[in-house]
Amino acid sequence: MTDNNRGIGEAVVRREDSRFLQGRGQYTDDMNLAGQLFACIVRSQHAHATINSIDGSAAMAMDGVVSVLTHEDFAAYGGVPCGWGVNNKDGSPMAEPKHPILAEGVARHVGDPVAVVIAESPIIARNAAEHVQVSYSELPAVVSMQQALDASAKPIHGDTESNLCFDWELGDREAVDQAIAGAHHVTKLELINNRLVPNAMEPRCAIGDYNSATGDHTLYTTSQNPHVIRLLMGAFVLQIPEHKLRVVSPDVGGGFGSKIYHYAEEAIVTVAAMKLGKPVKWTSDRTEAFISDAHGRDHITTVELALDREGNFLALRESTHANMGAYLSTFAPAVPTYLHSTLLAGQYRTPVIYAEVKAVFTNTVVVDAYRGAGRPEASYLVERVVETAAREMGIDPVELRRKNFIKSFPHDTPVALTYDSGDYAATLDQAMIASDYAGFEARRAEAKQRGKLRGIGIACYVEACGVAPSNIAGALGARAGLYEAATIRVNPTGSISVLTGSHSHGQGHETTFSQLVADKLGIDYDSIDVVHGDTNRIPFGMGTYGSRSLAVGGTAIVNAVDKIIAKGKKIAAHLLEASEADIEFENGEFRVAGTDKMKPFAEIALTAYVPHNFPLEELEPGLEETAFYDPKNFTFPAGTYVCEVEIDPDTGTTEIVSFHASDDFGRIINPMIVEGQVHGGLVQGIGQALLEGCVYDTDSGQLISGSYMDYTMPRADDVPSFSVDTCVTECTHNPLGVKGCGEAGAIGAPPAVMNAIIDALSDYNVRHLDMPATPNKIWSIIHKASAAAA
Amino acid sequence: MYEFSYHKASSLEDARSTLATAEDGKLLAGGMTLLPTMKQRLAAPTVLVDLTGIDMAGIEGKGDNIVVGAMTTHAAVASSSLVQQTIPALAALAEGIGDPQVRNRGTIGGSVANADPAADYPAALVGLGATVVTSKRSLSAEEFFTGMFETALAEDEIITAVSFPVPEAAAYQKFPNPASRYAIVGVFVAKTANGIRVAVTGAGGSVFRNAEMEQALASNFSPDAVKNIAVDSSGLNEDIHASAEYRAHLVGVMASRAVAAM
Ligand SMILES: Cc1cc2nc3c(=O)[nH]c(=O)nc-3n(C[C@H](O)[C@H](O)[C@H](O)COP(=O)(O)OP(=O)(O)OC[C@H]3O[C@@H](n4cnc5c(N)ncnc54)[C@H](O)[C@@H]3O)c2cc1C
Repeated sequence: MTDNNRGIGEAVVRREDSRFLQGRGQYTDDMNLAGQLFACIVRSQHAHATINSIDGSAAMAMDGVVSVLTHEDFAAYGGVPCGWGVNNKDGSPMAEPKHPILAEGVARHVGDPVAVVIAESPIIARNAAEHVQVSYSELPAVVSMQQALDASAKPIHGDTESNLCFDWELGDREAVDQAIAGAHHVTKLELINNRLVPNAMEPRCAIGDYNSATGDHTLYTTSQNPHVIRLLMGAFVLQIPEHKLRVVSPDVGGGFGSKIYHYAEEAIVTVAAMKLGKPVKWTSDRTEAFISDAHGRDHITTVELALDREGNFLALRESTHANMGAYLSTFAPAVPTYLHSTLLAGQYRTPVIYAEVKAVFTNTVVVDAYRGAGRPEASYLVERVVETAAREMGIDPVELRRKNFIKSFPHDTPVALTYDSGDYAATLDQAMIASDYAGFEARRAEAKQRGKLRGIGIACYVEACGVAPSNIAGALGARAGLYEAATIRVNPTGSISVLTGSHSHGQGHETTFSQLVADKLGIDYDSIDVVHGDTNRIPFGMGTYGSRSLAVGGTAIVNAVDKIIAKGKKIAAHLLEASEADIEFENGEFRVAGTDKMKPFAEIALTAYVPHNFPLEELEPGLEETAFYDPKNFTFPAGTYVCEVEIDPDTGTTEIVSFHASDDFGRIINPMIVEGQVHGGLVQGIGQALLEGCVYDTDSGQLISGSYMDYTMPRADDVPSFSVDTCVTECTHNPLGVKGCGEAGAIGAPPAVMNAIIDALSDYNVRHLDMPATPNKIWSIIHKASAAAA
Repeated sequence: MYEFSYHKASSLEDARSTLATAEDGKLLAGGMTLLPTMKQRLAAPTVLVDLTGIDMAGIEGKGDNIVVGAMTTHAAVASSSLVQQTIPALAALAEGIGDPQVRNRGTIGGSVANADPAADYPAALVGLGATVVTSKRSLSAEEFFTGMFETALAEDEIITAVSFPVPEAAAYQKFPNPASRYAIVGVFVAKTANGIRVAVTGAGGSVFRNAEMEQALASNFSPDAVKNIAVDSSGLNEDIHASAEYRAHLVGVMASRAVAAM
């Protein structure tokens, strides 16, 4: 621990806050390069249409317009690649239709990029975009997954047989069928996991820059993983080798998954900058973001849970349709499969599980990972079906869960994962006490006197974080490894630059990672700087998503620090004329064991760079070490959430009156940042449960919820003051014992909220209600029941 | 936003004549509705005539009326002690419009001229039997609001003030759209010198009165008198947030809550 108390476990105020809260961040759109031009993208207004012709001549004729690009200008390049291949049940590969940078003959969703106008100002570009004449012939839009798979539906892609992308399975079908057939009780639910629009605060932006003197390309982009973009765009789209392509992601204002992917606009500005010899910037506006950022969720599922007479789980069967949208986004195929069905055991010992997932193309915006990515969908269906089974069998829902908990670790689930640690009963107990679960009936009775329907719901979630062991990911179809890299650069006077492949876009890495290094090296927190988001400054990186930054990126940092200490010991041994084996490192001091002979860290650093009397045969000068860390396993955060709601039967409005979260995130580096991550996740989870719903017109394929006038983003007054705590079991396979906390809230909250609503409506005989549970939907249930009773 | 020319009017007459001669002129008040529409390129006026230089803001008592100048912001109405004392329901309504930024820019004249079917003020105007004063004439609120985003205003006519008769008692209850926070249904109930008035916004194409509720309240002024009066859902608005039936139901609920609050 450092004397200034900013090591592991301290609630250090975020270093980032001073620049972010004062509006002094440097976001991509804040950057303006000399001579920069501006791109405006002409997007399809139709969900599905043949493009007969594109005439840019009127736009070109306008003052200040430099270029109009169409798919022909990109003919030499590849399409937007998909980074994860999933196989069908029979082992054949998924259908992987071409995803052109600009629509080639057919527009496949409202917002599909069709042409690009490049001009001297954003306004000129936008004005001119309206003068690009695109002649469309509308085609019938395939909007819902049912429409897409209907026998009469035409495939929306010319190069696939149908709108089915893949038909995948996991688990032992026969064993599950048998267990279900012989079970005492089977609970079956049909549910929809509603489609969401991510809505990061900062809309996407990209600037392409090309230096014709050196042949170097630079792409500034709002990405969660600049190295991944360099790889995907460089190798698969534009054939630019890594050493000629620099990708910079400066401050990024939120991602939630939507900024993982390689988007066409990044390739567009890179190519345009090269063609035109000037930097080209594209900035999305909010309206454009709604129709061009990858959406999230959108599953239709049937789930069955089989139980014996005592309530022991015997089997679980899932059949899901997952919407891919019009094309395959970077990680899309992995989300409803390997990031989803592998979590179907939840916190339970369910002995056999079978999942089949059909992925479907529709004329809608692409769908990909969004905060939680597959795990919210899994925890939702598991926790909804467990809750429903408890109600049907007349067993207390808490006791049914407790009875089926996994109690010993490591635990192999029937869906390919090995949970390393956890104490589900302890987390549950903690949540029960903190939420005064026992006192609920009195609160319900009191609410009833006020005319309110009060309900309580719990959810016990588990998730897999720290994606991913590369060998597992590779075996499951990932076309990349998922390790992380870090460099510790000790500067001559002892200050430190931490170069990390993780990317912070709201997570506070600059603080947390500095705490880690300060703690490990026993040096001043303020002498440490964290550098991220630039492929030219950082050796390598896989970026930030899937709550991986601390468990994977943090471990890489710690491993690099260990290498620094090892080398420091060598230098100290030399300076102190001792054997290396006798050197101990503690509190920033290298000491000969059992003596008062000591060299402080700063002196070791200086010696490394001023090697006047260095044993050069044994030791190189300098003090800089890099580590790549590939995790051995996923990490498995878990928790119990308790939600209490009050419904106003007159209007159907749900108020969340209290929400408690007990989470096991393993060891905690900065409790304040963790709490903030939980709060944010809970708000997104509550948003999904109560408010957010992405709605398309099923005939025209127009996005109805295309702005904040209709898409309900949660606001501060939609949520209660949260009560959160943690219950720690350490991860067993990374040196920090950490698990990850970035997505938990969004994973655990939706089922907790929905279970509470169903509980509140228990007098109305409702088995299930799809999210978002809007006042109108709830009122309809109450109204119908009242009408039937009358 | 397309290019336009900007004129800051120095007087009402200057504003009126500029508007009258402009090819496609538009008055600019708080800009809270007009500017977003222009940014989305849904409106493309060639001339904006800014009213902020004309002295049309302010609230005063004139006999039995509270006169609110057209350029008075929602925040000013909400925080006016005169309004709070005489028509607290009006102050509360203004306090419930949008967010602080919107309330500090948006004006009563702009809101009323825009006649958004989900706007709050129209319920107060019709509920209180207010008079809209323009550069040309005075007309009753019911004459003024003619349809969805439609008013009786002529092309070059400017609202200068809204005059509200002080009621015996009044209350407004709003069921907000969860996304936009405009009214899905808002009901303004007032006991006025001319009897009880019930005005509904958000539910239909334009603000309307509910005669059945007014009569019921006249004989029995209690929440229960209106709660279960069936409102015909035909012709009511329908969107992804609320069906017509739900809106019809909410009219009764909001009306009874307004009565309960009086
Ligand atoms: C985020 C947001 C939330 C909102 N929420 C609500 C809400 O909950 N409830 C609600 O009722 N409203 C809401 N509004 C609308 C708000 O009240 C606007 O302020 C109002 O509708 C327009 O007033 P303005 O002064 O901004 O007018 P402007 O936008 O300047 O003008 C609106 C229209 O009125 C015309 N006009 C303006 N002044 C006059 C005049 N004196 N005479 C004749 N014509 C005139 C203009 O030419 C224009 O056509 C919201 C707006 C926003 C942006």
